[in-house]
Amino acid sequence: MAKHVLRLTAVAYILFLLVLPVGLIIWRTFGDGLGPFVEALTSPSAVHAFKVTITVAAWAVVANTVFGVGAALLLVRHEFPGKRLLGAFIDLPMAVSPVVVGLALILVYGRFSPVGGLLESWGVQVIFSTPGMVLATVFVALPLVVRAIVPVLEELGDEQEQAAHTLGANRLQTFARITLPGIRWALGYGVVLCLARSLGEYGAVAVVSGRLVDQTQTLTLFVEERFQNFDQPAAFAAATALALIAVVTLLLTKLLRPKDLSDGN
Amino acid sequence: MSVDAAVGVRPSRRLAGGTAAGLGTAVLYLSLIVLIPLAAVVWRSADEGPGYFWRSVTTPDAWSALTLTIGASALVALVNLVMGTLIAWVLVRDRFPGRAVLDTIIDLPFALPTIVAGLVLLALYGPQSPLGINLAYSRAGVVLALMFVTLPFVVRTVQPVLLELDAEMEQAAASLGARPFQTFRRIILPNLLPAMLSGTALAFTRAIAEFGSTVLISGNLPFKTQVAAVNLFSQIEGDNMTGAAAIATVLLVVALVALIALDVLQRWGSRRG
Repeated sequence: MAKHVLRLTAVAYILFLLVLPVGLIIWRTFGDGLGPFVEALTSPSAVHAFKVTITVAAWAVVANTVFGVGAALLLVRHEFPGKRLLGAFIDLPMAVSPVVVGLALILVYGRFSPVGGLLESWGVQVIFSTPGMVLATVFVALPLVVRAIVPVLEELGDEQEQAAHTLGANRLQTFARITLPGIRWALGYGVVLCLARSLGEYGAVAVVSGRLVDQTQTLTLFVEERFQNFDQPAAFAAATALALIAVVTLLLTKLLRPKDLSDGN
Repeated sequence: MSVDAAVGVRPSRRLAGGTAAGLGTAVLYLSLIVLIPLAAVVWRSADEGPGYFWRSVTTPDAWSALTLTIGASALVALVNLVMGTLIAWVLVRDRFPGRAVLDTIIDLPFALPTIVAGLVLLALYGPQSPLGINLAYSRAGVVLALMFVTLPFVVRTVQPVLLELDAEMEQAAASLGARPFQTFRRIILPNLLPAMLSGTALAFTRAIAEFGSTVLISGNLPFKTQVAAVNLFSQIEGDNMTGAAAIATVLLVVALVALIALDVLQRWGSRRG
């Protein structure tokens, strides 16, 4: 009896909070068939928003992957004072509000700050432009790759790397032949998480982009702007596209995660 | 759980030069993107002196946004403490068709962009609600949005602990005559508590910082439904950078306090484990 009450409560909670809302929007989007969905997403503004989103996300993922692998190796394989502090700093972006991220970047890289002014005089505009949006996206997604790799690197240990080194492999060879294959699933998991977070970022990008339609508008900004302008079909179509990306991400992470954990244990 | 876990005692076998170069690069990267900008926020908030800081934080709309945010986040954290533990329990101990699907979609709020989360909630619980429930532009709507985005935290911290919990202790308690509720309170709850509280602290931190999901459903009515991040956003749009920096600093401090509490909880948990 108690068992059934618990089960029913859990299922109802998830149903009304999660499944029905997301299901409803997908149903509304495809209610009139695939035509309006495709039409709404192939308008020039929507296509532009897609392109901006992909450009920003691609740069952010590359930056965070390179940093993530390097930082994870540093944290696990090297000894230095202040290691705990570095770990805490890497986790910090998780706790910062996206709007605070935007403000922080404007204060340093905005036109009226010394650094931003200097960059502007060299012809580099950061805020209200792509570099600022990339910076904001890198900030919010920073810990994801590091966190995904660190536990697996710890589990792997460094015996094989030592052996490769002893047998004459240089550092790059050791990394490419030993370390990288060992962490590849965890790396894939981290990259997928990072990509999803980058494609979906709203708050930080809303602040630093200036929300210029057809210029710095990403897909999430497109959803908000279309909705506020009473263009529900376009807002719902773009939201559904983003929701479908989220679902694919979820399935991919499900696929990638258990492999390392079962290897690790 | 965190990269802090990477900190172990391991004698260095690499050249110190490699370590130094790597460390330098990592610190430079972090400084340019995270540390210097965040320091600039705190620095800017103190620009006009403590009096100005205090006045910026206590303007009626900012103060009301901050108290709403902290109150709603505390409420949502509490809901998560109960519902998250319950869901984790059902996912681990119960068997029914569709359980695996449920287990997978729990993470959806992490993957779904926050603006989309706000939009889907507005579709079901807004003016055109097919259920006839309209929470748009109300504080209940804000709480609902925060519940949505924080759903996975407690579930995902409690679940692994519950999986590893030894069923023998419970059987022993039951064979000694404990009723199910007694077994839960005396055996299971003490073991789960550190994980439950860690998840709750994470959910609280997330709710404090939340922006995107509340934008559409709250309608951003100052004094009524405007949360701190949205108030901050309008201050930035209005080019009041020093006032914005003051509110941002308060949000940073609250997040920092919650994170320190979380760290203490995790140490407490690992000492007990």
